[in-house]
Amino acid sequence: MTGTPPPTALSLHDVGAGYGAEPVVQHVSLEARRGRWLAIVGPNGAGKSTVLKAVAGLVPRQGTVLLDGTDTATLPRKELARRVGYAPQNPALPERLTVTDYVLLGRAPHLGTLARESASDMSIVEDALARLDLHDMAGRRLGTLSGGEAQRAVLARVLVQRTPLLLLDEPTTGLDIGHAQTLLERLDHLRREDGTTVVTTLHDLTVAAQYADELVLLDRGGVVAAGPPSQVLTTERLREHYAADVEVLTTADGHPVVVPVRPAAVR
Amino acid sequence: MLRTRSRWRRAADRITRTPAHTTRLTPLALGVAVVTVVAVALLGLLIGPGELTGDRVLAEITAQLTGGMSPLSDSEAAIVWQLRLPRVLLAALVGAALAGAGAAFQGVFRNPLADPYLLGAGAGAGMAATAVMVFVPAVTAWSLGPVGPLPLAAFAGALLGVGLSWALGRSTGGAGTAGLLLAGIAVTAFLTAIQTFVQQLNTETLKQVYTWTLGGLNITGWTDVGLVLPYVGLAAIVLVAAARLLDLLTLGDTEAASLGLRPGRIRLAVLSAASLATAAAVSVSGLIGFVGIVVPHLVRLLAGASYRVIVPLSLLGGAAFVIGADLVARTIMPGELPLGVVTAFAGAPFFALVLRTNRERLS
Repeated sequence: MTGTPPPTALSLHDVGAGYGAEPVVQHVSLEARRGRWLAIVGPNGAGKSTVLKAVAGLVPRQGTVLLDGTDTATLPRKELARRVGYAPQNPALPERLTVTDYVLLGRAPHLGTLARESASDMSIVEDALARLDLHDMAGRRLGTLSGGEAQRAVLARVLVQRTPLLLLDEPTTGLDIGHAQTLLERLDHLRREDGTTVVTTLHDLTVAAQYADELVLLDRGGVVAAGPPSQVLTTERLREHYAADVEVLTTADGHPVVVPVRPAAVR
Repeated sequence: MLRTRSRWRRAADRITRTPAHTTRLTPLALGVAVVTVVAVALLGLLIGPGELTGDRVLAEITAQLTGGMSPLSDSEAAIVWQLRLPRVLLAALVGAALAGAGAAFQGVFRNPLADPYLLGAGAGAGMAATAVMVFVPAVTAWSLGPVGPLPLAAFAGALLGVGLSWALGRSTGGAGTAGLLLAGIAVTAFLTAIQTFVQQLNTETLKQVYTWTLGGLNITGWTDVGLVLPYVGLAAIVLVAAARLLDLLTLGDTEAASLGLRPGRIRLAVLSAASLATAAAVSVSGLIGFVGIVVPHLVRLLAGASYRVIVPLSLLGGAAFVIGADLVARTIMPGELPLGVVTAFAGAPFFALVLRTNRERLS
């Protein structure tokens, strides 16, 4: 973290988004630097997922979203899909599709509407399967995978899009602490190898502080704090925005750890 | 049961899985399907009532193929080439249309029960056909060249049903699929009510209306084949070309859009092609239920979950199924059974059996 910071890969200026008359998020501005990991945190209903969808062009939105300086409103949908990879919190996993069939769907942005996948598409898929240790289950059906394996398949599908920016909505949903850790380590490894910019929503604040270079705290559809984890995660702020009694400790290597504290009256 | 399932699964995987673990239409699977269609079609040509026995028809076919002497009288040859052959081909086209359209609808709606009838195609055709039978006296019947008023009305009615459902679904539920399905149910109920009202106006035509709604292929030549072929051919090309996109739609609209697709446009193109083919089929055959549900599901269970396999094999499987059902319909008893009765009577138990041996959620 020394020297000049990398250039901005993604920036949002005064973005509002959501369906209907009442936008879910309003006046959101934030920046993510190239090759870094940005985590969006906040209480339930704060609008974390909507921010990701706004960047991926999946909800009606106002304001400006810049990808490496290009306004995404000027990009055709397919071109956007070549620059932004997106995985929702609960991805559809058609259970009788094989892992390879499923991951191959991620090549869609690089194919003409009626084109077939080429050998190079296949080798990109095989490469992604190998990197995520999915090679042995390439022929398995999605319905037979465990939660951790399924999340890796989703990651592989997004990876073969070969986008410089990954948007992952709660990538560890449904995973136990060990599988969640393994998945985030893999993601961090891929990010470093490829120089990919990663934006995730994460509900576990301690984990978010461990992996993300920067946090953005959202509440009620707006940004209330942004910066390095140690600055964003304070006891007062978490009480105010999560209505939670917590203690923020610091590990030996300087990472904040958020510990819930039971109110005195109950104890 | 479990052993059966894994045996089917293994067999299916051998047929459709390439070494790279992708589900594709292999030459073997395509070959099996084509040979089945040809074999059933041949049976349809050979089997029939009277003096015209199978071996004599076979001799006639051989003679025609090799340029030999025809063993049949002129009227017998006419039965083979002007009645049986067009009827077999028409059955193939109707079956391909209904099964292909069913597969497409299930993919677009991500719903295993979807088929064109669900969006009012059958109810619209039924209403229009009934109106013609009740209101248009045979003497003054308008027509378009060789095409009588009944198929024309049925064709228009089927498109009207789907069109109404589409318009209503768009106006209430946006481009999503749930609104469209609900609109289809409302339109179907409404059009069926009109049809029932119209048919009660003239009880003398009740039998004719009833026969039409049970479906059947009562043709007297090549006209109907020529009528249906362009629509079914066009739909087959569109659906096979769109198979990869149908696979992408199984991820849902949001994820498909995140991969650069426009789900609404794909839906419109696929549903238009499938509805045109269904309307063409209904116009010549009346209402034949069950083909659009049973054939794609059998293909799914036997050959895998990718629409690149489901669409082409449903087209071929539907053809074989309806040729076979029509053969049963015209031979099992004196006179003729309604084709829709045979497809349900033969299809339903077989379908139930396959479901029992494959107890997993159909997706």
